[in-house]
Amino acid sequence: MSRAARLLALLKGDAAAEKVVPPSGFTAQLTVFTAATMAFLAVFALALSLATDRLATRWGEALGQSVTIRIAASEGDTDAQAARVLEILGETPGVASARALDDAEERALLAPWFGEDLPLDSLPVPQLIEVIETGRGFDPEGLAMRLRAEAPDAVIDDHRRWRRPLIRAAHRLHLLGIGALGLILLSMAAMISLAAHAALAANGQVLEVLRQVGARDAFIARAFVRRFTLRAGAGAIVGTLAGVASMALLPDMEAAGGFLTGLGFAGAGWLAPLLIPPLAGFIAFWATRHAALRALKEIP
Amino acid sequence: MIELNEVSYGYAGRTLLSDLTLGIAPGSFHFLTGPSGAGKTTLLKLCCLELVPQSGRITAFGKPAEQLGRDGIAQLRRRVGVVHQDCRFLDHLSLVENLALPLRASGQDPHSYREDIDALLAWVGLSTRADALPPELSGGERQRAALARALILSPDVVLADEPTGNVDWEMSLRLLSLLLELNRMGKAVLIATHDLNLIRQAKAHVAARNIRLRGGRLEMAGAEL
Ligand SMILES: Nc1ncnc2c1ncn2[C@@H]1O[C@H](COP(=O)(O)OP(=O)(O)O)[C@@H](O)[C@H]1O
Ligand SMILES: [Mg+2]
Repeated sequence: MSRAARLLALLKGDAAAEKVVPPSGFTAQLTVFTAATMAFLAVFALALSLATDRLATRWGEALGQSVTIRIAASEGDTDAQAARVLEILGETPGVASARALDDAEERALLAPWFGEDLPLDSLPVPQLIEVIETGRGFDPEGLAMRLRAEAPDAVIDDHRRWRRPLIRAAHRLHLLGIGALGLILLSMAAMISLAAHAALAANGQVLEVLRQVGARDAFIARAFVRRFTLRAGAGAIVGTLAGVASMALLPDMEAAGGFLTGLGFAGAGWLAPLLIPPLAGFIAFWATRHAALRALKEIP
Repeated sequence: MIELNEVSYGYAGRTLLSDLTLGIAPGSFHFLTGPSGAGKTTLLKLCCLELVPQSGRITAFGKPAEQLGRDGIAQLRRRVGVVHQDCRFLDHLSLVENLALPLRASGQDPHSYREDIDALLAWVGLSTRADALPPELSGGERQRAALARALILSPDVVLADEPTGNVDWEMSLRLLSLLLELNRMGKAVLIATHDLNLIRQAKAHVAARNIRLRGGRLEMAGAEL
């Protein structure tokens, strides 16, 4: 039988095996409560890590685009400075390619703001130069210094200067979210282990009697495992539903804009919390099984 | 079927049993006697592998005990019915369900054995107590229930630790006749007891070996009977 099939069989049947363990009010309630609260917290950690990942990706894509250099000099001088800038860029390590945008392209860029029929020639429109970096990138400080000396009207438009730390922060938050999720699941495992230990300790005589009449360890463990797995799963369903509901009921923060709005689930991300209850059941399965087999080692 | 070979055992560093050699053959009938504290219970626990000898070897059904592993020991206990001196049950289950426990534990459906359970309960005189919880039973009732539970899997060997300790003479004789009947069916029986009347009674029906524990050693003791 595959592991999944065994797990299914375990959940479905053998209520008979479970009956050999007396009902355990306190540890059972503790398990349900723990699983519910941990699942509730896990929903938020999951939302945080998914949202920050989305944010980092979005910002990273914007970054991938080229850097622009803008030259706004008095007439005539612009072309000379543009030529000089291109020369300098050709010598700058980390620059893959650079080219001046032609009128048509500039018109296309400006159209959203000024309309289609922009008389470029009669306006002091700055010349734009598009720079594509190599993977390692160039040194913006060094380039800025050189430009200041040799093409004083050229300005590097570097969005990355302020975006990079934000992306780093988003990445860090993503990792924190994953770490928090991991810690939450670990504490769930620890608490269910404790509850299982308590139940096993309280049932020392049951374990002894069962061993005396020829029960194998697996049979005895199953009785405890089934109970704790079902309890943890049920608790986690409640906690997950509560967590998802409160995420869905978060006030709409579109007006506040940007960052906060992104802090929820989006699209298929709403399905991710569905993984929490089975995961809780799985954790309870292993934690209880481990605790049971260890407790049984003490019994001849 | 169960062989002890120069087995020694002691608690807390004090040797209680030293170099015991004993074989329980198919169809044999043993009485184990000895003063209280001599180690009768300890010897029985060694036989069902609840205790591990500090030296010497135990062989069960042809296999060295130390090679059995935990599942092997569980398997062995289904072939060895034990009535413990401090017979214990699952207190939240009725007597019937307690008798069904060995069946459940060995993966059988207790419902198809309901008749056997009822017959055994009748044998030990507990028919009317079938639905009682163990804590509601008297000492003697518990011992009879434990004997019934030990027999439900139809074991090859029955080890009984003072099974008549808490029952009246009439019930003692009834339990003895049950054990004699099992023996006639070819099962090996070992009874730890200090009830010499019971032994005399048994000797009229069966060629029982009487072994005696004294000073940590086994001796044959037929003479004083
Ligand atoms: N678990 C134990 N720990 C320490 N001493 C024990 C334990 N069980 C039995 N003993 C001691 O071992 C001796 C033999 O006990 P037992 O085998 O029960 O004798 P019997 O059944 O012949 O009365 C007694 O002195 C008893 O106190
Ligand atoms: Mg004793």
